[in-house]
Amino acid sequence: MSYIELKNVSFEYPGGFLAVDDISMSIEKGENVAIVGQNGAGKTTTVKLLNALHYPTKGDVLIGDMNTRKFTTAQVSRRVGYVFQNPDDQIFHSTIIDEVAFGPKMMRLPDDRQKQLVNKALSMTGMKRYRHENPYNLPLSVRKFVTIASIIAMDCDVMVFDEPTAGQDYVGNKRLAKIIRTLSEQGKTLITISHDMVFVADHFPRIIVMSNKKIIADGTPQDVFWNLPILEEAMLKQPYVSRICHELGVGDRIIRMDEAVDAIAFACGIKEDMA
Amino acid sequence: MGAVIKVENITYRYPLTEKPAIKNLSFEIEEGGFYGIIGPNGSGKTTLCALLRGFAPSFYKGDLEGQVLVDEKPTTAYLEGELSLRIGYVFQNPFNQISGVKDTVFEEIAYGLENFGVPVDEIEDRVVRAMKLTDIESLAMKKPFEISGGQQQRMALASTLVLEPGILIIDEPTSQLDPEGTESVFKVIETLKQTKKTVILVEHKIDLIAEYAEKIIVLKNGEAIRIGDKQDILSDIALEAEGIQLPQYAALGSRLRERGVDLEYIPITEKQALDVIGKAISKEAKTNVVH
Repeated sequence: MSYIELKNVSFEYPGGFLAVDDISMSIEKGENVAIVGQNGAGKTTTVKLLNALHYPTKGDVLIGDMNTRKFTTAQVSRRVGYVFQNPDDQIFHSTIIDEVAFGPKMMRLPDDRQKQLVNKALSMTGMKRYRHENPYNLPLSVRKFVTIASIIAMDCDVMVFDEPTAGQDYVGNKRLAKIIRTLSEQGKTLITISHDMVFVADHFPRIIVMSNKKIIADGTPQDVFWNLPILEEAMLKQPYVSRICHELGVGDRIIRMDEAVDAIAFACGIKEDMA
Repeated sequence: MGAVIKVENITYRYPLTEKPAIKNLSFEIEEGGFYGIIGPNGSGKTTLCALLRGFAPSFYKGDLEGQVLVDEKPTTAYLEGELSLRIGYVFQNPFNQISGVKDTVFEEIAYGLENFGVPVDEIEDRVVRAMKLTDIESLAMKKPFEISGGQQQRMALASTLVLEPGILIIDEPTSQLDPEGTESVFKVIETLKQTKKTVILVEHKIDLIAEYAEKIIVLKNGEAIRIGDKQDILSDIALEAEGIQLPQYAALGSRLRERGVDLEYIPITEKQALDVIGKAISKEAKTNVVH
C-alpha cells in the first residue's frame, strides 16, 4: 500500500454541492506530484481532504497508518502541512518570525529544536531578512513565502502547496523551484497545485490532471502534455516549447526547453553541443 | 497620434517612507497604444498605475515630485470624478471592485452609469454592449459572487468599459485565474485594441504580453530600465540578468543561436517562432539535397 491513499473518495459541501466525485489515487512517500486543472475542477477540495480540513463524505483517505476519519485536523496536520491558496487565510501574527514559529511552538518541541526549524524555514524561503516585519508589509506574492515557511517549520512528512505560482515573478518562481527541489531531496512528499504549465513541466516528475470533479489523467509530463484529448478536456495547453516542436514535427514528445534546443539544433544539422 | 499621458520626471514616496517607490521616471503614452508594464514584484508597477490614474497622490497622499499630465493637465488639478470618466481602472483582484450591493451581473455593470445619472434607456444599451464586448451576456442575471474568477474579472472589465473611458489601466488581471480564464480575459483585451482605446496593462505572464502588447515599459526598483517596442525589448537576453523572464520563444531563440542555429531574428511569439525556426530547419533540408 502507498503512503497516501484516496479510495473512492467523494466530498459534498454542506448544502449538497458535490466538489469531488469518486476519486482514487496513491502517492508514495517521497514523491513530488503536481495537480493541474481548471478552477472548480476539485483540486483544492482534494488536497484539503489530505490534511482533514475536509473529511470525505464517501470513501477513505489514508495517510500512512492513519485513516483521517479517526483523527482530528490538528492530529492529521502534523503529518500533512497545507499552504493555503490565499496567504491571508493563513497568516494571523504581526511579525513573520512569530508566524513561522507558531507551528513548532504548538507542537511543544524542545526550544532549541524550535529555533532550528524556524531558522531553517526562514532561510530556505528567503524570509530571514524580513523576519521582524509585519507580513502585510510585503506584497501578496512574497507573503506566500511566509506561509510556505510556516509549513516547512513544522517539518511535516507531507507538504501541500496550493497555487504557489500565482502572481509570482521570475525570481519568485526560481525560489519556489529551489524550495521544492530541496524538500524533495530531503525525502518530503510534496503535492503542488499550479496553473503554470511551464513550471509544472519543468519541476514535477508526476502530474495529476483533474477536470469536473474527477481525475482524468495521472502520469509523467510526457504522458500528460502529449495527450492532446486529455488537455482539451481539462482545458489546458501544452507548454510553449512542446507546442512549437509539435507544430514543426521535431523531436519526440518534447517537454522542456533544453530538450527543445537539442531537437531543433539537430534538425538544423548541428549534431553536437558545441558549448 | 498625440500623447494622452505625459509622465514628466516623477519621483514618488508613499507617506512615512523615505525610499521612493518611483524614481526619475519620464515617458509618454500615445493615444491608441497598447503598453505592457513588466518588472519584478515590488518594482513599482502598481504604484505607477496609481500615479497615472491620479490615485497617487490624491488618495494615497505621499510626496510627488514632477508631474503626470493627462490630456496636458496635471492629475492633481482634476476633480476626482473627472478622471474616472477619462481613465478606467481594473484592479488586480475583482473583489476589490465588485460593489457588493447589486444582485445581478447586469445591475453591477450598470451601477457606475446610475451614479452618473445616465437615462435608463441609454444605460440598458451601454450595459448590453459592454457585456457583448466581454462575452458575458449569458451571465446577465447571475449573482456577481457566484460566477467564476475569469467571469468576475470580465465583469469588472465590463463595469469599467461601460463608462467608455478612452484610456484603460489593467493591473495583473489574470494572476489568480486558470489558463482558460486567462485566455478569455486576454481575448477581451485584444478586442479593445480594435476599439482604438489606449490600454496600459501590468502582467507577469510575459508570453501573453509578447503576444498582445505593442510597447513595453520595464520597471526595476522604481526606475524604468527599458522603454520601447516589444520586439526589441522582449528579445533581449540581457533582461534575464535583471531578474525578468523572457517569453519562452525568445529564450528558445536565444539558446538556439548560442548553439549555432542560424536564426534570422529572435522570435517572441508562437507565430514568429514557427516562421523563423521553420526557415532554419528547411534551409538545412535544402543544403542536404544539394549535397
